[in-house]
Amino acid sequence: MPSVTQFLFFLLSAMAIASALFVVFYRNPVYNVLALIITFFSIAGHYFLLNTPFLAAVHIIVYAGAIMVLFLYTIMMMNLNTESEPDKPMLSKIAATISGGVLMIVLIASVRSAADLKIPNGINEDIGTIEKLGNILYTTYAVPFEISAILFLAGMVGAVMLGKKEIQ
Amino acid sequence: MNNYIVHDIPMMWYIWLSMILFSIGVTGVLLRRNAIVIFMCVELMLNAVNLLLVTFSRFWNHADAQVFVFFIMAVAAAEVAIGLAILMMIYRNTKSTDIDFLNRLKF
Repeated sequence: MPSVTQFLFFLLSAMAIASALFVVFYRNPVYNVLALIITFFSIAGHYFLLNTPFLAAVHIIVYAGAIMVLFLYTIMMMNLNTESEPDKPMLSKIAATISGGVLMIVLIASVRSAADLKIPNGINEDIGTIEKLGNILYTTYAVPFEISAILFLAGMVGAVMLGKKEIQ
Repeated sequence: MNNYIVHDIPMMWYIWLSMILFSIGVTGVLLRRNAIVIFMCVELMLNAVNLLLVTFSRFWNHADAQVFVFFIMAVAAAEVAIGLAILMMIYRNTKSTDIDFLNRLKF
């Protein structure tokens, strides 16, 4: 009999995997985006289950709030809300599915020995809190943080430049 | 109580879930022809890796991995903004986002 947290784990995992499969195998891009949002919300639920509330909040804000809205907006501008995507040849479809499944088997088999790893006992309660993460982010990782700010600036300039009409 | 939450679920379950999500993402990249959907499958793979990092951070008591996840999210946001801008430009010139049609690197 699974406990409550195990039941939640199974529920969130089933939601994540089912909607991820929907993203891959359904033809309409708008429904793909909506299914991917469901996947992101279930992964955020996993973050809550792992007791890292700050990352769960950031995940929802960044992915479901910003990135997927960007995707939806682009699909809307390109008017792709039909099932007009041409099919790949049957042979390459079968090959893609089989190689994806084989990759899954190889990955799962290769991490099998991770079950024997000795996990340190005792969980530190405040690992995922904002105070702890902020301390690490602004002391040890202050330079990468500033570099990511420069990355965002470059990304913003690049997106605006690419979006201009005059440039071929 | 928090101890109970983490330790009631074996670490291997999270690893398996990450592997499955990653393989679904790879399958999508191989299977689909619409470039936007391929982007979404790449996001799925990034999320699988994020979940793995958070799991290890949780079970090994290291908060550094969560900072890495934070940076991965930031880079993913920048990547999506640039990638979708490039796709919009390609679509404006060729009226298509089909990657089997866009295999010439020249428009």
